[in-house]
Amino acid sequence: MKKFLSLVLALALCLTAFTFTAVAEVADVKLGVILLHDEDSTYDLNFINGVYEAMAILGLSEDQVIMKRNIPESNECYEAALDLVDEGCTIVFANSFGHETYLLAAAKECPDVQFCHATGTMAHTENLPNFHNAFAAIYEGRYLAGIAAGMKLNEIKAAGNLKGEVPMIGYVGAFTYAEVISGYTSFYLGAKSVCPDVQMKVQFTGSWYDEMEEKTAAQALIDAGCDLISQHADSMGAPTACENAGIPNVSYNGSTMASCPNTFIVSSRINWAPYFVYIVNQVANGEAIATDWTGTIATGSVVLTEVNVAVAAPGTVEAIAEATAKLQSGELKVFDTAADNFITVNGAKLDSYIADVDTDAAFTPDTEAVADGYFHESEKRSAPYFDVKIDGIELLNAKY
Amino acid sequence: MAEHKNIVHEPPFHLAKRASIVWWKAWLIRIAAVALGLVVCGLVAYLFSDRLRNGKKTLEDFYYCFIKGSFGTERKLWKFLKNMAVLQCISLAITPAFRMRFWNTGAEGQTLMGVWGAIAVAFYLGGKIPNWLLLTLMFVAALICGAVWSVIPAIFKAKWDTNETLFTLMMNYVATYVVSYFLVVWVPSGSSSLGKLKFGKLPSFGHDYLLIILIVLALTVLLYIYLRYSKQGYEISVVGESVRTAQYSGMNVKKVVIRTMIVSGLLCGLAGYLIGAGLDQSITTESVGGQGFTAIMVSWLAKFNPLVMLLTSGLVSLLNQGAAQISQDFNVSGAFPDVIVGIILFFIIGSEFFINYQIILTRKGHAGREAVK
Repeated sequence: MKKFLSLVLALALCLTAFTFTAVAEVADVKLGVILLHDEDSTYDLNFINGVYEAMAILGLSEDQVIMKRNIPESNECYEAALDLVDEGCTIVFANSFGHETYLLAAAKECPDVQFCHATGTMAHTENLPNFHNAFAAIYEGRYLAGIAAGMKLNEIKAAGNLKGEVPMIGYVGAFTYAEVISGYTSFYLGAKSVCPDVQMKVQFTGSWYDEMEEKTAAQALIDAGCDLISQHADSMGAPTACENAGIPNVSYNGSTMASCPNTFIVSSRINWAPYFVYIVNQVANGEAIATDWTGTIATGSVVLTEVNVAVAAPGTVEAIAEATAKLQSGELKVFDTAADNFITVNGAKLDSYIADVDTDAAFTPDTEAVADGYFHESEKRSAPYFDVKIDGIELLNAKY
Repeated sequence: MAEHKNIVHEPPFHLAKRASIVWWKAWLIRIAAVALGLVVCGLVAYLFSDRLRNGKKTLEDFYYCFIKGSFGTERKLWKFLKNMAVLQCISLAITPAFRMRFWNTGAEGQTLMGVWGAIAVAFYLGGKIPNWLLLTLMFVAALICGAVWSVIPAIFKAKWDTNETLFTLMMNYVATYVVSYFLVVWVPSGSSSLGKLKFGKLPSFGHDYLLIILIVLALTVLLYIYLRYSKQGYEISVVGESVRTAQYSGMNVKKVVIRTMIVSGLLCGLAGYLIGAGLDQSITTESVGGQGFTAIMVSWLAKFNPLVMLLTSGLVSLLNQGAAQISQDFNVSGAFPDVIVGIILFFIIGSEFFINYQIILTRKGHAGREAVK
């Protein structure tokens, strides 16, 4: 008993000593966060929640985190970054794609401060020791959400309630951009994995955040005979249109359960807290931050909200759990180019694809991404580069 | 008895238009209004900020933000002067039209087209021609684009008497869509994010922003002289006072309207050039960020006087930067600073009422009235 007690005591002492030193180092870190909008945008809210979660995990005080909201993608981002450095920040993070070139300019001026940029593409070609990109393998989350969609379509089909001959998904996208294409394709493939004859129509809005436009686009897709809607845009436009029309919706960036209880099925989102925890710890320990960091299901970066069992098909929760385990073990690949009748372009399998991984002015494709029977998404760099237009998906307005 | 009833029904005060007001009284009213506005802001802040209520921050911190936001560091001071200069430039641009009572609400679009003109040249010719030539062409393109965007509504107004307020307002939307369209064309990856261009940056000496500030200062003096002492400036004033008077004295009103709107557009184009070549080296639909509308208030508050406008554009920039500092230090949502700025501007605009009108308290009986001046 005595021996056991002393062991516990020693262990406790070790732990306190450990936490004590860790806290002492983390206490020297100051994180500055540049946000494109504020809490009104689901995209930015997702980052803000990530910051709060990371603060709780790391035990950061309020004085150690500064958030700058409503910073446009212009010279103002550069000014904001330098102002954060003046305030003593040791890490400056920016959350919007268009911030990148301005953040990069600030990084070149302040070699002693770490600059981290979400969704960007230039870190691996710029080779600055203090400039880093981060994203998450959200295509895996989309795929899992797609399974929920496919099962719902099967249910509708079995009940004889399909609007057309085949199950049809409608998708509201922002721009014809790799991040969006990768997102809707993985979502479609998830649905197709359980509902082989599914097809999809995509309507673009030409804006990341335009509630009216997104609502109109969702309504147009519903009118065009879509049985289920999902979206890659940041407002409540599409979920609201679905709730009004009684069409099931698979959401993005977070749960829309509260305002759409009768149509919301599930939502995938990126949890940014693990990345914030990672960068703060790296700086606290004096270690380098990865040039490209891709969050996964394992890091807790790719997450699904709770499934709304009232709307989802029976067995959805179990099917998602099963696929999650297979994705983690590597048994299942989202962009599986070897499987029959899965990913085809003009009827042929995708054996090779040169993707545009390294950013240049002309956006020339430069890197082979298909190998070992699948498309290697988010491995050559963190931001998505899958922009293949595959069979089964019809783009209604590809002007954006 | 009847006389007594009369007194009861008389309201306790009434308003009368002032014939004139001593300058120091007007300023006393304005300063009182700002002070009152700041007090109300403090109350609102207390309602909405957790950090204020739980004692982590004090009201002193809150008010200090207005100074800290613009003068806290050297960098903030430069930013303040630069923001003020850009806003001043757009405010100067709309002033000639406003003095003529041509309600140009299109400065936002005219400036955005100026940015577009400059960036289009930099996009297509950057790196292919010498830098001085590139900057010159960008300058010319910005001015032309701004002027084209303002002269279209002016021609319609002059020829068919269309409503200039609505027409110029609609042109803002057209400009936004022109920019969105070209972002799709220029960025084949589909992100619609052009990013910072490598060529076409305005040269800097001393400080990056110094040139912009000096250009706008010079422009302020030039416009003051133009409006006050030139024949064209006089014509603008006469048309503003009365179109009939202008016609009777033999002025070609249509010509004055179109010419003045071209001046407005050229200056908006210049502002666009300063934003495009001087600051962003890129363009988004938000490049002007609503300053074209803020400029209307800045110009109006300064009674369309370019020199006084330095004060009003400075005040608005100070408020904006203070509000951003509040959002940061108090960790409140992005809308809160707008509320704060809105409250203070409301009080300032409201104070103009008390400068133009006086409250006359009604004394009991008919012994006499005393005006509160």
